[in-house]
This record gives sequence, structure tokens and C-alpha cells, in this order.
Amino acid sequence: MAGRNDAGDRADAPPPGPAAAGVPDIGEFLARDAAKDLLRFCTAGSVDDGKSTLIGRLLCDSKLVYEDHLAALARDSARRGSVADGIDYALLLDGLRAEREANITIDVAYRYFATARRKFIIADTPGHEQYTRNMVTGASTSDAAVVLVDARQGVVTQTRRHLFLMSLLGIRHVIVAVNKMDLVGYAEPAFAAIRAGILAFAQRLAIPDLAFVPVAALHGDNLAQPSGNLPWWPGPTLLGQLENIPLTGTRNLTDLRFPVQLVLRPHQDFRGYAGTVASGILRRGDEIMVLPSGQRSTVAGIRTADGELAEAFAGQAVVVTLADELDLGRGGMLVRPLNVPQVTSACEAMLVWLAETPLRIGAQYLVKQTTSTVPGEIAALRYAVDINTLHRRDAPTLALNDIGRVAMRFNRPLFTDPYERNRVTNAFIVIDRASNVTVKAGMV
Amino acid sequence: MSYVQSHLAALEAESIHIIRETVAECERPVMLYSVGKDSSVMLRLAQKAFAPARVPFPLLHIDTTLKFPAMYEFRDRTVRELGVELIVYRHPAGSGGSVRPWRQGTVKCCADLKTRALLEALRAGGFDAAFGGARREEERSRAKERVCSFRDAHGQWDPKNQRPELWSLYNTRHDAGESLRVFPLSNWTELDVWHYIHREAIPVVPMYFARVQPMVVRGEQLIPVTPDLPLPPGETPQAVCCRFRTLGCWPCTGAVRSTAADIPSIIAELVAARQSERITRVIDHDTEGSMEQKKQEGYF
Ligand SMILES: Nc1nc2c(ncn2[C@@H]2O[C@H](COP(=O)(O)OP(=O)(O)O)[C@@H](O)[C@H]2O)c(=O)[nH]1
Repeated sequence: MAGRNDAGDRADAPPPGPAAAGVPDIGEFLARDAAKDLLRFCTAGSVDDGKSTLIGRLLCDSKLVYEDHLAALARDSARRGSVADGIDYALLLDGLRAEREANITIDVAYRYFATARRKFIIADTPGHEQYTRNMVTGASTSDAAVVLVDARQGVVTQTRRHLFLMSLLGIRHVIVAVNKMDLVGYAEPAFAAIRAGILAFAQRLAIPDLAFVPVAALHGDNLAQPSGNLPWWPGPTLLGQLENIPLTGTRNLTDLRFPVQLVLRPHQDFRGYAGTVASGILRRGDEIMVLPSGQRSTVAGIRTADGELAEAFAGQAVVVTLADELDLGRGGMLVRPLNVPQVTSACEAMLVWLAETPLRIGAQYLVKQTTSTVPGEIAALRYAVDINTLHRRDAPTLALNDIGRVAMRFNRPLFTDPYERNRVTNAFIVIDRASNVTVKAGMV
Repeated sequence: MSYVQSHLAALEAESIHIIRETVAECERPVMLYSVGKDSSVMLRLAQKAFAPARVPFPLLHIDTTLKFPAMYEFRDRTVRELGVELIVYRHPAGSGGSVRPWRQGTVKCCADLKTRALLEALRAGGFDAAFGGARREEERSRAKERVCSFRDAHGQWDPKNQRPELWSLYNTRHDAGESLRVFPLSNWTELDVWHYIHREAIPVVPMYFARVQPMVVRGEQLIPVTPDLPLPPGETPQAVCCRFRTLGCWPCTGAVRSTAADIPSIIAELVAARQSERITRVIDHDTEGSMEQKKQEGYF
């Protein structure tokens, strides 16, 4: 029975019938579902721009909210009396009780929905000024970002800050959703002015794909369906835009970087290096170099539990075997001999302060980057970034939510790439040795 | 050749990465095995993460002694067939029969037989990291849970003071006595889990499949008939075609009316379903935020 997944031919088997009521052909559904890819995006907006309403609506419209959750929502909405016409979509999203009571979102929450074409993970990050930390966290795992702007307010300080953070975190696809279009009479000039303002500002940022979409989240205008209220808008809808972001553009398939997580040695005759391809493509038969030793070898095999692969690309978790026995363990890296990362014990990096304790020059921290964790220190503070103006300013120190450029030193070399090229090998976290807490996020 | 992973491939790779990372960095990991579908998927991912080597940690079943017989059978067969190590931990109040949900209430019963039992089992085994099959989509308070979630020396979770978790750089650092809960399935949905079980032909407990069985019908609830369940006078079991959407302790797990007898039918039902899976778990019905409260105290 363990190998059989059904009720069997027993007397108590259910009567045959239209089990798949509502779904015409489950085989076809599964085939389509299997072909979907996965886009991770984060959302950013100032308080009251309508971010929770927008996300709640996306989840509801894609029928991803269950009836019992909806019933709980209606109960909560009624008790709070927050929205005149019944359901307050925003309440759907506030997970933790402390936050619900304070009526603010203070942590990153993850939401899931799917369309006929794609699965989505939303990192829902709060908009408060003091929560740069959460926005950076949400953005770190995202391929794309949706930045909300209130059509009445236009571009505000927060908008610039959000765009800067998305650019800093290397997000290539940013969609600006101009919300509450109903409150400006669904008029095109309001939208056009906001777009012009953001485009002018964004010239100083590194966002290769910046798109704009007018919406009214409260009424569902132009979220999933085009809206008759926006006849001047040729499209796409917000969801249409999200469905069409190309995922190949968000991965580096050029520079092979394979950080070794673990060495597997089930018996004398097998030595495999387990890890996830950080970037590039690894092929059987390729000549490779291992770091830090610089020794060379050939890829003998790429294994998964489901069989051998001829090649593995960025994102795949595999086990690699080499033609030679080398000195290689966790923290080592496979690369191509003619395409190597920087091997560095000292570098300059942008740091985002995540903790209450301010910067201490010369203090020892642990730095975790790919699969290496090394002791290190912050040797000097070069400058702080004013995230409202993007200007550099001199600063004696950095504190919670500050961003600055620093010089770092490590006790052992790390293998890094510049951030425009590689979002995996340029990223690191800094851990406080006493409290074990992650106190900073960094990008080389 | 397209260099884009399908969503299931991406989720599988992420889970494998998380499991390997934990094993590389923690001293003594253990995998919580609850016998349900999510555990079955997690166990398969653990096998994949280390193949051709063996799974390098034991499974831990917190046995309230109130599970369905079909679950015990399935558990023992799985362990035998896969050759994995299983530790079973029973809280004395459960095996002695002194704590039962219909006597002390579900909150107290869960607190003793699950939460306290888990903390005791982790301490007894010296485990510093425990994999759990929870998913963020399951329940509101889980949406903000980290993949790698820190617990203090009392096993407690502080939702307001979670470590920031960036990229796939998991911070597994902890001092002696402290521990981690690691959730490799964080980003999976219920549909993803069933689709993966189907694709991979992963065995699951037969109770998930519909059949005609005797049930006590109490309003919307279908309560399985077991010799020990105290029935109020006047209630007689009826034959109902139904299945279990989640598996828990028999006094607290209801069935749903269904004719879905295989996985494609379950998925079809799920796509059309408008109720979350936790609705059949009595334990969530207590108060708003009750899961969050249990978690702060150390519940998985
Ligand atoms: N008129 C109008 N109001 C909106 C729209 N979107 C959101 N709102 C309202 O704006 C307020 C703030 O929305 P909420 O989603 O809580 O904002 P958040 O703080 O960004 O999450 C609520 O009262 C919403 O009902 C919209 O498109 N039009």
C-alpha cells in the first residue's frame, strides 16, 4: 500500500462520479500548472498608499483567499468598522496580533498567488520610514518590485527612497503602480506628471526596466482586468505586466560560480560536492578551477537524485563530481579558469544597518557570503548616503536603517563579483559575534 | 534549452538548499515527522538533498498517542522501507492517558502533548535544529515566519524580534541551549505540495483519499468514530463518503465530504475548494491569534 496513492478497489471505495466538478480536465490543468515558472516580487509604498488593499485584491481576484479566511476577515472588518462597505482587504494581510492591534505592518510577510501563466511570491514590506530594514529584506529575494504612489500625492520622499533601495538591491524590473486614480478623476495628466517626475529621478539609478501602470486598487481598476474608467490607457494591467517579466533577465547565466555547501562521501569511491549553482552554467566535461586553491580539474558528473544531468544552470541544486581528488570543502567554489571572481581579503561595500547598535569601527564581526563564514571587521566608514537625495554625506557613524559605504577586512579571502554582475556573490550578511544576530546587510 | 526553472523545480531546489545549509552549519539537526503529506514531501526532499548518501539526521515523531491507527502503520512502514532512523517521543501525560482534549480542553492538551513534548524531546536528544513542514501560506501568523527561525533557551519564539533574513544567506548561529526551527517548505502552497506528491509518486497515508466510512455528523463537522471517543446520547454514526484533508489527533481532526479517491481528484477538489485546510483542525477555532500564541510558547 505504501507505494499506492489511492483508495484502492475496496468495497468502501467511493462511487464513481464527477469528482473534478468545476475543473473540466485535471490532466490539462496539471500540465499547465507544471509549466508555470515562479516570479518573486516585493511591494513598497508609503502608509495609506493602498498597498494592503492592492495585495488583498490581487489575492482575492485570483481566488486565493479561502472562504473561512474571508469570513474571519468580514468579522474583523465589522468589529473594527474600518471600511464603510464591509470587507477591509488590508486586514487580510496583517498577520501578527501585535501589529493588528497597533494597526501597522512592521515585518515582511510573504503571500502566494497564481495566474494561469505564472506563480507569484509577494514579499510584502511595510512603508514606514523607519523600516528600511524590512524593505531591504523583502527586496533581497525578489526578481521585481511594485512601488505604489498615491495619484493625489505624486512623487514623495518615500517614493524616491523606495526606488533607490530597489536599485541598490539590484532589482532590474520595477513597476510603479499609480494608485487611487479614482480620486483624480481617472485623468491621464495626473498619471503622466508622476511618470515624468519618476523618470527624471531614476536617471541617477540603475533600474534597467522601469514601467508605470495606473490603478485604483479599491475598485480593482486595471489590476487583473482592463478598466473602462481608464479608456486612455492602452494596457497592460498590473497583473499583465507582472506575468510578462522575463525571468532569464533576472539571472546571471554567464559567470559560472558554484559555491560548495557540503562534501558528500557515502563511501570510499564517491566524493561529491553538493551545492546550488549561484550563476552561470556548469557542464559535464568542462574544465574548471577550484577556489581558493587554484587547482584545475574536469567536471566528471552532475548528479541529482533523479539522475545525471549534462548541464546545470543558476538556481539548480546538484551534486558535482570531479575527475581529480582535490582539496575542496565547504566555502570553496568552482569557477572557469578564464572567468574568476575577485579573491579578496579587503573590499569596499555598501552596508545597510539592520540593528539598533551603531557602527563600531574595528569591531570584529562574522561575515557570511555564499557558503563562507569568516571573521572580519569594518575598517573605515567612507560616507553615508542620504537616501532622500542620494547625496553622499560625511557621517561619524551609522545607525539603524542607515546606508553607507565602508571598507571591510576579512580574516580569510572571499570570492566576490561586483553587484551589477552578480546578485548572489556580491551579497553578504554581517553577524554580531556576541548576540548572533544579523546586524547588517552588505553588497560588494 | 530554456534556462528557467518551473515553479516546482525552483521550490525543490530552494528546499534542498535550506536542508543542506542547516546540516552544514548545525551540530545536531533532526527532522520533525508528523506522518502527514507535508512531512512526506519534506522527507523526500531530504533524501534528494543528500543522495547518493543517506539522510544524515534522524526523524522525530512527537506522538501524542492520539493519532489514527492508519498513521502509525504508515509511519512504521515508511521508516522500514526507506531505512531512516526514527525517534518517537511520548509525553508521560499522553501515554498515561491523563491528558485528553475532551477533559482538559484542546489548548491544554496541545500544550502538554505537543509543545512541551517537543521541547523535552529536543532537549533529551541534544538537537539544536529541527526541520518542520510548516508553510507560510497555511495560516496568517505564519506569513512572517522566517525560513530559519530562532528559539531561545526556553524554546520560545519572539515575533517582534526576529532576525532579518536576507537573500538565501541563512543565519544559523546560536548559543548552547538555544535552537532553530527550519522550514524548508516555507514557500510551498497546498497545491504545490499535492502536485509534487503526484509528480514524484510520494506515498501518503491512505486517509487522504475518500471512502465511505462511519462518521458522527455534527453540523458541518464530520467526526471519525473511534472506540474511545465519548459520544453524547442520541448521536449515531452514519456512513459518509469523505476524506481527511489534514491529519492530526483523532479527537481533534474532522473529515470533509469528498469523492476524491486519487491525487488528481484531490487536486481538482482543491482548485475548486473555497476553504483553507486548517478548517478541519479544531485547534484553530479557539480564539483569533491562538496559533500565534501557541507558537510564542514553543509550539511548532
Ligand atoms: N479611493 C480609493 N481609496 C483607496 C484605494 N486604494 C486604497 N484605498 C484606501 O486607502 C486607505 C489605505 O489603504 P491601505 O491598503 O490600508 O494602505 P497601506 O497602508 O498602503 O497598506 C484605505 O482606506 C483604503 O480603503 C483606491 O484605489 N481608491
